[in-house]
Amino acid sequence: MSFRLFPVEASSISAEVDQLLFFLLAVAAFFTVVIFAAILFFAIRYRRRSDNELPRPIHGSIPLEIVWSVIPFGLSMVMFTWGASVFFRERRPPDNALPIYVVAKQWMWKLQHPEGQREINELHIPVGRPVKLTMTSEDVIHSFFVPAFRTKQDVVPGRYTTTWFTAIKPGKYHLFCAEYCGNNHSGMGGWIYVMEPQDYEAWLSGGTPGATLAENGQKLFENLACANCHKSDGTGRCPDLTGLFGKDVKLADGSTVKADEGYIRESILRPEAKIVAGYQPSMPTFQGLVTEEGVLQLIEYVKSLGPNPGAGQAEGLAAPGSR
Amino acid sequence: MTTAVAEERETYLNAGHGVKSWLLTKDHKRIGLLYLFTITFFFFIGGVFATLIRLELLSPHGNLVSSETYNKLFTMHGVVMVFFFLIPSIPATLGNFFLPLMIGARDLAFPRINLLSWYLLVIGGLFAIFAMVAGGVDTGWTFYTPYSTSYSNTWVIATALGIFVAGFSSILTGLNFIVTVHRMRCPGMTWFRMPLFVWAHYATALIQVLGTPVLAVTLVLVLCERMFHIGIFDPALGGDPVLFQHLFWFYSHPAVYIMILPAMGVISELVSTFSRKAIFGYGFVAFSSVAIAVLGFLVWGHHLFVSGQSLFAGMVFSFLSYFVAIPSAIKVFNWTATLYKGSISYATPMLYAFGFIGLFTIGGLTGLFVACLGIDVHVTDTYFVVAHFHYIMVGGAIMGYLGGLHYWWPKITGRMYPEGWAKLSALVIFLGFNLTFFPQFILGYLGMPRRYHVYPDEFQVLHVLSTAGASVLAVGYLMPLIYFMWSLKYGAIAGRNPWKATGLEWQTESPPPVHNFDEIPIVTREAYDYSGTVGQEVQVG
Repeated sequence: MSFRLFPVEASSISAEVDQLLFFLLAVAAFFTVVIFAAILFFAIRYRRRSDNELPRPIHGSIPLEIVWSVIPFGLSMVMFTWGASVFFRERRPPDNALPIYVVAKQWMWKLQHPEGQREINELHIPVGRPVKLTMTSEDVIHSFFVPAFRTKQDVVPGRYTTTWFTAIKPGKYHLFCAEYCGNNHSGMGGWIYVMEPQDYEAWLSGGTPGATLAENGQKLFENLACANCHKSDGTGRCPDLTGLFGKDVKLADGSTVKADEGYIRESILRPEAKIVAGYQPSMPTFQGLVTEEGVLQLIEYVKSLGPNPGAGQAEGLAAPGSR
Repeated sequence: MTTAVAEERETYLNAGHGVKSWLLTKDHKRIGLLYLFTITFFFFIGGVFATLIRLELLSPHGNLVSSETYNKLFTMHGVVMVFFFLIPSIPATLGNFFLPLMIGARDLAFPRINLLSWYLLVIGGLFAIFAMVAGGVDTGWTFYTPYSTSYSNTWVIATALGIFVAGFSSILTGLNFIVTVHRMRCPGMTWFRMPLFVWAHYATALIQVLGTPVLAVTLVLVLCERMFHIGIFDPALGGDPVLFQHLFWFYSHPAVYIMILPAMGVISELVSTFSRKAIFGYGFVAFSSVAIAVLGFLVWGHHLFVSGQSLFAGMVFSFLSYFVAIPSAIKVFNWTATLYKGSISYATPMLYAFGFIGLFTIGGLTGLFVACLGIDVHVTDTYFVVAHFHYIMVGGAIMGYLGGLHYWWPKITGRMYPEGWAKLSALVIFLGFNLTFFPQFILGYLGMPRRYHVYPDEFQVLHVLSTAGASVLAVGYLMPLIYFMWSLKYGAIAGRNPWKATGLEWQTESPPPVHNFDEIPIVTREAYDYSGTVGQEVQVG
């Protein structure tokens, strides 16, 4: 049985979070020692020696009140600012991150690589490369938690949430579900395998995925007859999807929306929610006809259609292990 | 119980006999005792669940009970302890009993509503007990959707109804306190002569009245979705699951202050009485209670840092959360400063006050960790959070409650508790508490998620330590139950003012007469003015 008092630091953010922790621990230890020592000292020094003692009243001190309000406030603002800056880095994935798609359900994690590999309760990733997770749930709220990476993100049905990390140390790390999700909540765990790039490449080519995520998406696109309306020459009843991903879309109500994963998912499942300017609300819903994993495949297919700065096709269909 | 105390004198205890005289009483003191029996009952039910949880966690493999049972145990532990013990604990027992006495009133403003509020707690409790006996509920005390509305197959509706009804008990108590403080103060009892216990209860009452209705609305929405499939929270029905979390924590974060503010009020009384000094910075301590109550309504989103809430919202809620830390720090510093050049007694209530200040300091300081975005992402939903809120709710609220119970026991019953046993139990509780919950901070940072029935082997050592501590803690909690009952018959006669304290409650008989004071007192001095309380004075300091 192994036993430790501090978790391993296995992601690029781990050490940052731990430094922040040590700062807070130092502040907390300082105030705890001050308070405990003062109480102990006063309790002994001024212990009651006779039952008739009457100390002189002291009613307070404005300067002291200011000192012990302002100093803790200043320290707490340092905590806030430092904590917020770590959080911002934790929450904003770099553009070149390797996309992984996660669908959670009671009580398992289903993960898909862009190259088509699928995993259950296990995720293989290369060391040193940012990985971005796009996640949703088929039922209740779950939470993707990797203690060694110091990262956690709730996985919410009906929407996408994202998180990212760069593993810095090869190894095998716990994956937990951190949001209570029913009977087998504590069994909804797994492992993250962080591999050297060449091992990761070998792992990728070892499986036989058959088709990439985008290719699966294309098949689904054909099976569902999406192309009948979404014609690639722009003459269809519905908008052309070429080069759509990542662009701003003008809507019928005059507003604009960025065509990200969440927008595409909503347009497939609740097409009436946002109508593109110049088009009729003619698209039927595909709720119930396509699974969450299918929606993710369709999104990856839409991403692969045409140019998109940064991420997109080049990224999604990149050769395994390449940068 | 009643005859042993009184010689000839009529007290609130012997003024009427029989079950009816208790169940139909409008006397705030008797209602306070009704609450005391009720919440003591719930405390031990909640304690049994806690015991079973800790026993299960001795082993990482989940071999004592099934996962279904384990999930019900932690849910019912939370529901019972939060809604049927901690929320009513100090306000409904000690507050009910002493708030009128401390401001020189004959009763609360609305005695009948006061009795009604107790019945509502009992009715709510019966719903909850029905749910437990019928098969239990497994949603966690937080009832997160859509699990609670669309997926759980347990007694969600009965439990939610119980909490809904008990909520009105809390609202009515708060309403009663607000009106009483405004309208019933005796001549000379100005706002700034009120004991800090009264200020703390006033601030608590504001939260009870303003916050609890939001909980009621939220529970009704849960029931609508669960019973009639009206889509509010479940995305499959067109709802938004995170909306529930906003509504729930809008009440449930301030609810933490419903638990801790009255305890802070108790500690102010204890620190003053047992160092025989006016509270250092009275005005700051009084207004810090109000500040906590108001700011407490602005920080709910710090429970949602990883929920998918926007980055900006997370930042604002983290920023605002640090503001609550300041009035809490002010209290701790002022209590400590009050000890300076005091005449410090080591009577049991003071030991609880020391324990409170120490444990609340740790609980409060770890609150800075969970308010810090970068750290909370890692520790939220782990044992770190479990440890943090138990330091506040058990280390803080229950230490304050037990300290207050010992302090006022002579006034309530007319008898002293046995000092030696009481000191021992205070020490056992303090040690047992720390052994139970301190290891959980380490467990949490290591990554042990909360609400886990089965867990990886590497966490076992810390879990075993925690369970060992819980066994010590359980012994510590059983001791007062026994010696308090013993004292009813065998305790020394207390007299009016065994502690030589200053509050108006100590000027009347122990136990007090039915109408509290034979003559309504007239206040001419500020609170905590000890001149003239100790007879032959020995000036120190």
